[in-house]
Amino acid sequence: MSFLVLEGLTKRFGDQAAVDSLDLVVEQGEFVSLLGPSGCGKTTTLQMIAGFVEPTSGSILLDGRDLLAIKPSQRGLGIVFQSYALFPHMTAAENVAFGLEMQGVPRAERSQRVSETLALVGLAALADRYPRRMSGGQQQRVALARALVIRPRILLLDEPLSNLDAKLREEMQIELRQIQRTVGTTTILVTHDQAEAMALSDRIVVMNKGRVEQIGRPHEAYEKPASAFVAGFLGKTNVLPAAVEQRNGAAVASIGDGSWPLPAEASGRVTVSVRPEKIAFIDQADCSLAGTVRTRIFQGNHWLYQIDTACGLVTVIRQNAGEMMPAEGAAVRLTWRPQDMTVSPAGQDGRI
Amino acid sequence: MTAVAVSRGWTPWLLAGPALLLFVGIVLVPLAMTVLLSFHDWGQYKGIEPVLILKNWREIIDDSYFHEMFARTLRISVLVTLIAALLGAPEAYILNRMKNPWKGIFLLVILGPLLISVVARTLGWALLFGGETGVVNKALLELGVIEAPLPFMFTETGIVVALSHVLMPFMVLSVWAALQRLDPQVENAATALGASHFTVLRRIVLPQVMPGVLSGGIIVFALAASAFATPAIIGGRRLKVAATLAYDEFLNTLNWPLGAAVAVLLLVALIVIIVGCNRLVERRYAQVFQ
Amino acid sequence: MSRNGPLALAFHTLFVTFILAPILVVCVVAFTPEGYLSVPTDRVSLRWFRAIADYPEFIDAFWNSVWLAAASSAIAVGFSVPAALAIARYDFTGREALTALFLSPLMVPHVVLGIAFLRFFTQIGLGGTFVGLVLSHIVIVFPFALRLVLSSAVGMDRAIEHAAISLGASDFAVFRRVTLPLILPGLASGWALAFIQSFDEVTMTVFIAAPGTVTLPVRMFLYIQDNIDPLVTSVSACVIAITVVFLVVLDRIYGLERLLVGRGSGDGA
Repeated sequence: MSFLVLEGLTKRFGDQAAVDSLDLVVEQGEFVSLLGPSGCGKTTTLQMIAGFVEPTSGSILLDGRDLLAIKPSQRGLGIVFQSYALFPHMTAAENVAFGLEMQGVPRAERSQRVSETLALVGLAALADRYPRRMSGGQQQRVALARALVIRPRILLLDEPLSNLDAKLREEMQIELRQIQRTVGTTTILVTHDQAEAMALSDRIVVMNKGRVEQIGRPHEAYEKPASAFVAGFLGKTNVLPAAVEQRNGAAVASIGDGSWPLPAEASGRVTVSVRPEKIAFIDQADCSLAGTVRTRIFQGNHWLYQIDTACGLVTVIRQNAGEMMPAEGAAVRLTWRPQDMTVSPAGQDGRI
Repeated sequence: MTAVAVSRGWTPWLLAGPALLLFVGIVLVPLAMTVLLSFHDWGQYKGIEPVLILKNWREIIDDSYFHEMFARTLRISVLVTLIAALLGAPEAYILNRMKNPWKGIFLLVILGPLLISVVARTLGWALLFGGETGVVNKALLELGVIEAPLPFMFTETGIVVALSHVLMPFMVLSVWAALQRLDPQVENAATALGASHFTVLRRIVLPQVMPGVLSGGIIVFALAASAFATPAIIGGRRLKVAATLAYDEFLNTLNWPLGAAVAVLLLVALIVIIVGCNRLVERRYAQVFQ
Repeated sequence: MSRNGPLALAFHTLFVTFILAPILVVCVVAFTPEGYLSVPTDRVSLRWFRAIADYPEFIDAFWNSVWLAAASSAIAVGFSVPAALAIARYDFTGREALTALFLSPLMVPHVVLGIAFLRFFTQIGLGGTFVGLVLSHIVIVFPFALRLVLSSAVGMDRAIEHAAISLGASDFAVFRRVTLPLILPGLASGWALAFIQSFDEVTMTVFIAAPGTVTLPVRMFLYIQDNIDPLVTSVSACVIAITVVFLVVLDRIYGLERLLVGRGSGDGA
C-alpha cells in the first residue's frame, strides 16, 4: 500500500486555482521533489500536507488515514522552513528538544535523543549556542535536527537551501541526501532549483500554474521531458517552430531549411525543443539547419555559442575537447538526433 | 469544515473583543454623552437641564468673544506649525547627515524632550522670559541690550514660542522617518549627474521628504490647536484659547453645556481639518507614499 | 567625512540650544540658595529639594502618579496583546476601522477626553475616584502600547509558530512558549512608553482628578497657576531627572528611534 496519497488536491484563492487537482503517490522512504517556478503551487501543496492551508477539495491519505481530519499539531510531520524558523530565544539543544517535550518524552530519553540528532547533523559541539550566533549553514542543520528528532512520518523541506551561498548549498545537498538515506524518512522537498531537485530526489514532480507537468525520475524527466515547459525548466533548451507532414507514410518535421524524421505522432505546426548540448556542428546538408555564429563564449570546460538561424537564435554548447571550433561570423550547419527532440503543440513555448 | 470556517471568522473579534468593549464603553459612550451635553440648558441656579436646545451653539456662533478666541487658537496653531516645519525639517536633514555617535546622541537630545512633562518644559520658558526675573531678560537688562523686559508672559508670541518648543520633536520625528525611507544613493546619483547641493536639496530631497513634513505638520497643528497646559501657564487667565476656555467653563463658571459645546466644536473642526489635509496629502503625494 | 557645512552646524547648535535651554534652566534654577527665582552664581544649594519633603501634597501626588501609570499601562498592555494579534494575524472586515478606533485617542484632543470623562464618571458615580483615573489613562496610553506590541507581532516570522505547531505544540503552548517570549521586548517597551505617557499626562487628568487623587503634573500645574517659586522648579527638576533616566534605559534596551518612529506600523501620529 502506498504511504502518502494526494488525490485531486485543489486549493482555490478566490477564483484562482493555486493548486489544481493534484494527484501524487509517494512510497515509504522515497525522496520526492516538488519543482517549479514561484507561484506554481508547490509551497501551497506542502502547506496543505503540513496543515497550515486548508484544501478546497481533494484528500490526503497518510498510511491509509485521512490526514485532513488530524490537527496540524498532531500530524507528526517534520518540517524545515525556508527561513529555518528557529526559536531565537532557545539554544540549539532547546530547539531540538522542543518537539520531544511537546510529546511528553521523559527528560533522560529527551537529552539522549537530542544529542544523538545533533551529532547526526554534525553540531554536537554547538548544542548550547543560540541561533543568532550561528552561521546560515549551522542554523539549517539545527532546523533539520529539530525536524528529525521527533522521528517524523514525513519530512517536509520548504526551499531549505535557498538562503545559503552556492558552495555551501552544494555541500548541504550531499549531506542532506546522506542523512535522509541514513534515517530513511520519507521526504518531500519543495524547490525552484532544478539542479537541487535532480541531485537529491528519487522522483521529481514538475509543476506549473498549479498543475503537474510531469512526474518522473530526474534523468528520465531531463532526457524525456513531457512538455516544452519541462524541457525549459530542467536545464536550458532551444525552442524551434516546425511543420510536420507525412512523407511515404512517416512523419517528417521541417525546421528552417532542414528536415528530421519524427518519432512521435504529430501533425501540422508544432514546437520542437532541443537541448544545447545535443546539437553538433556538421558539414553535410542532411538533417541540419543553416546558421551563422553570432557570439562564441569560452567557459573553460565548454564553448557557448549563439547561432543566428532562420528559426531565430539557437544556443549550442560544445565540450572543449581541444579541437578547432567555428569562429564568430562563420557559416555553420547544426544537427541533432531525431530522438533528442521533444515535440509539443505549437504556441506552447518552454521559455520562462 | 464549516465549523472551522466560522471559528476563523470569529477569532479576531474574540481576540480584539475586550479592547473593543473597553473602547466602546469608555470612549464612544462618553464622547456621545458630551455631544449630547452640548445641547443641554444651563442656568446659574438651576444647573444642567437635560433638554435639547441650540442655546450654547448659538452663543458660540453669535458672540464675538468666541470668534476672537477661536481665531486666536487658529492663528497660534498655524504659526506653531510653520515654525516647526521651517526649523524642524532642516534640523532633521542635518541630523540625518551626521555621523555616529553624534547622530544618536542628538537624536536622543531632540526627541527625548517629547517624553518630559509639558508642565516642566513650559515652566522653563517662564523662567527664561518671565518678567524682570526671567534669566534671559535679566541678562539682557544687565548688559544694557534692552531697557524693559521682553514681553513674553501673557502674550501670544510667548505661547507660540513655547508651543513650538513643546511640539518641535513631533516634526523632527516625522521628517526623520521620511528621511529614513530615502535611498542615500539617490542624492549621490544626482550629484554625479552634475547637480549642485542646493539643487539636490530642492529637486531630489525636498519632494521626497514633503509627505513627512506635511504629516508632521498635521500632528503639530492638531496638538497646538488642542494644547492646554502651555497656553494656560504662559497665557495666564487673560489670553484664552479653545482648550483653556473649555476648562474655565467646566471648572470655574461650571457652565458644562457651554464648555462641552466649545470642546465638541474644537473636535469637529480638528477632524475636518485633519481629514481634509490627509486627503490632500495622499492625493498629491500618492506616488511617494507607495 | 564632515557632511554638514559650517552654516548647517551653526543652525544645529542654535536648534539644540532652543530645545535644551528651557529644560536646563529649570534644573539650574532648582539649585538656587535664594528664596526667590534666580540662577545660582556663587554657590548651589539643595534647600529647595529638601523643601519638597515639607509639602506632602507633592509626595502624595508623586505616588498617585506612579501607581496610576503602572496600573493603567499594565492593563493597557494586557488588553493590547490579543488586540494586536488579531490585527496582525487576521484579515477581517472592519480591521481598518478597529485599528483606527484603537489609535483614536492620539487624535482626539485630551481636553475633549477630559470633559467626556468628567461628564461620564460623574454620571456613573466614578467621579474623582482612582478607578476612574485608571480607566481614563488606560484609554490614552492604549495606542502607545498597541503600536509597540503590534510592531513586534508583525515583525515576527509566522513560520516560527508553524514550526512549534508541527512539533506538536497546542495553541496555548505555542503562545506561552514561543509567541509570548518573542513579543516580550515589544510588550516591555510598550509598557514603558505607556508609563511615561500616563505619568506626564496633565490636560485630561486636570478635569477628572479630585483633591485626593491629584497626580504630580496636575499638582505642579495648579501650583504654577498660583505662583512660580523655586519649589516648583526643584520638583520639575526631579521629574526631568526621572524621565531622563527612564529615557536612557529605554534607549539602551529598545532604541529610542525605534520606540518613537515605530517601525512596522505605517502611521506617524
